[in-house]
Amino acid sequence: MSGFAIRAEGLGKKFHLGERERYKALRDTLTRAAAAPFRALVRLVSGRAPFPRPEREEFWALTDASFEIAPGEVVGLIGRNGAGKSTLLKILSRIIEPTTGRAFLRGRVGSLLEVGTGFHPELTGRENVYLNGAILGMGRREVRRKFDEIVGFAEVEQFIDTPVKRYSTGMHMRLAFAVAAQLEPEILLVDEVLAVGDSTFQKKCIGRMGEVGREGRTVVFVSHSMTAITRLCPRAILLDRGRVIADGPASEVTAAYLRSDLGTMAHRSWPDQATAPGDRVVRLRSVSVIAADGTASEAIDIRRPVTIEMAYDVLQPGYVPVPNFHLHNEEGICVFVTGDTDPEWRGRPKPAGRYVSRVTVPGNFLSEGTLIVDAAISTLDPATVHAHEREAVAFNVFDSIDGESMRGDYGGAVPGVVRPHLHWKTVTEGVPAPTKGIP
Amino acid sequence: MISKTKKHIPHSDVHVIAPTRGLRLVDPFELWLWRELFVALIVRDVAVRYKQTAIGIAWVVVQPLATVAVFSFLLGKLGNVPTGGLPYPLFAFAAMVPWQVFSRSLVEGSMSLAGNRSLVTKVYFPRILMPAAAVFGGAVDFGITFVILLAMMMWFGFVPSWQILLTPALLALALLTSLGVALWLSALNVLYRDVQFVLPFLAQIWLFLTPVLYPASVIPEKWRLLYAMNPMVTVTESFRWAVLGGATAPEPLMLLVSTATVFIVLLSGMAYFRHVEREMADRI
Repeated sequence: MSGFAIRAEGLGKKFHLGERERYKALRDTLTRAAAAPFRALVRLVSGRAPFPRPEREEFWALTDASFEIAPGEVVGLIGRNGAGKSTLLKILSRIIEPTTGRAFLRGRVGSLLEVGTGFHPELTGRENVYLNGAILGMGRREVRRKFDEIVGFAEVEQFIDTPVKRYSTGMHMRLAFAVAAQLEPEILLVDEVLAVGDSTFQKKCIGRMGEVGREGRTVVFVSHSMTAITRLCPRAILLDRGRVIADGPASEVTAAYLRSDLGTMAHRSWPDQATAPGDRVVRLRSVSVIAADGTASEAIDIRRPVTIEMAYDVLQPGYVPVPNFHLHNEEGICVFVTGDTDPEWRGRPKPAGRYVSRVTVPGNFLSEGTLIVDAAISTLDPATVHAHEREAVAFNVFDSIDGESMRGDYGGAVPGVVRPHLHWKTVTEGVPAPTKGIP
Repeated sequence: MISKTKKHIPHSDVHVIAPTRGLRLVDPFELWLWRELFVALIVRDVAVRYKQTAIGIAWVVVQPLATVAVFSFLLGKLGNVPTGGLPYPLFAFAAMVPWQVFSRSLVEGSMSLAGNRSLVTKVYFPRILMPAAAVFGGAVDFGITFVILLAMMMWFGFVPSWQILLTPALLALALLTSLGVALWLSALNVLYRDVQFVLPFLAQIWLFLTPVLYPASVIPEKWRLLYAMNPMVTVTESFRWAVLGGATAPEPLMLLVSTATVFIVLLSGMAYFRHVEREMADRI
């Protein structure tokens, strides 16, 4: 056996779509059995099936996933919703059984598919720490030893003997993550847990995850956040419709993911207002990237301006919602943040209705590569984020070598977060007099 | 430290994940590894049960006392129950003590998986711990009702004899019965939620099929062995004998039949539970 931490050989998972319903009633099974003779009679008389039996559709959530992860590697698992990321993680966590294939895991496995699994609202913070610790596979003695550290990390010292139901969401999340952060498995499987909590807490969690990686533990990390993936994971595996379609350095795989035709990235819309990102005040309805020719496009010429727009519904009047965009590059670096400063609406409450806000980024400003746009709508005073869609849209800025952009006739890689085409001026100041000693 | 590599890798070091087929048995080694979770789940269940109740633990006592009071009144009016000379309230309550533990454990154990959906779908542990913890958590009430029983015995002037030492064994038999049935029902409840509607009804019928409010002696001799296939018959009758003495000592043959039934239900329950376990997270 060579030195692997995780080895997957042709893992597959099949679901019967009928079984994905939450449960079936015994009654249905019984009535179907009782109706069978009647059904047969009708078929005999009419020559066709009376009520076509619902097809038991099969659905492979994961097919033939094979890979090997070395001890100490930190690997990101990316893909669209339904690509099979969670299924793979659940198989590796032994929560569900694979239909085909095998996997080998060497060492103690800790999995974190949800923050605070098993937290009970009636129990105090202290009681929940011990319970959650046990659920994650930690012994009572182990939890007791780390108790102060957990409480310190979560910053809930004063409330540790208060029932968790009186905690704020933030406190609840901090405490839950603090317990999980103390887990010391050799292999850690993490799903999207960082998508919760406020940004300072997220930073803390990401910091902690980075530490875990540096401590030489193997981490498999599922996330929608390319930023987090590229920052934490040197390697990434891309899943699409249940298959592993790319496996390699995270920067390349994430770029491939954004570039691929897994779905248009330049336009996103939420047809159903009720499930659209937002709250009772505003709901985001669509976000688009529009090229200079006026069409939604993922490919943006570096020399041309690009317009980013969002449509949103204001449901409650009396607020001053400010739409804003956050642009990140492939390395996860925030390029800039821009918010609506249109003087017509500045400080003015918006009546209920549909609005479209757009901003134009000038040409010859962004650097080439993928730009990921987070769309948000917030109000000031009190500062509240009403809608926040990470990675709402993304687009690629290309810089072809035709001498018109900043790169001029240079064909190599150009570093830098932005690539402004600045105005250069060179004048000649005559021929200098020859200096003695220099040939 | 993970760098320490040994030539011989123990079983616990490399987990193999693969589809399983056929009969799977309970792995005692694995259960031992998870013993702390078992305890934590019991602590949780007991702590939560009385957290937001006004009179808390008193509920354990109110329910059986009320039942016994009602039946004492009804049966006192309607006719004579052959209690073998025991005062009826004491006669009924003595059997009510193990019965209540059993029925509570049965209900909690059977509902345990469906009531902890997030645990089943988000973390791994041997699922059997869930009904087991719920069943054994139900036993905590036993201590309280047993004290009430002792108080009642003092009131009626009964002094327990050596047989009272047998009560833990009878309690264990009651818990194993409810564990066996709860394994079946909790697993079935994952697939068919009908179980939760059947459950209160089942508990009620079962009470009438058990000599709690009447003595086993009202059942004709020739039906006794069939009757003993309900293990709670032996548990309640023997329990009453163990604390109060009197004529109805448990018959060895009935004891044997009941014990055999318990083990059949328990083993088949484990096998069925393990069978459903592999798709529990998909189906719950």
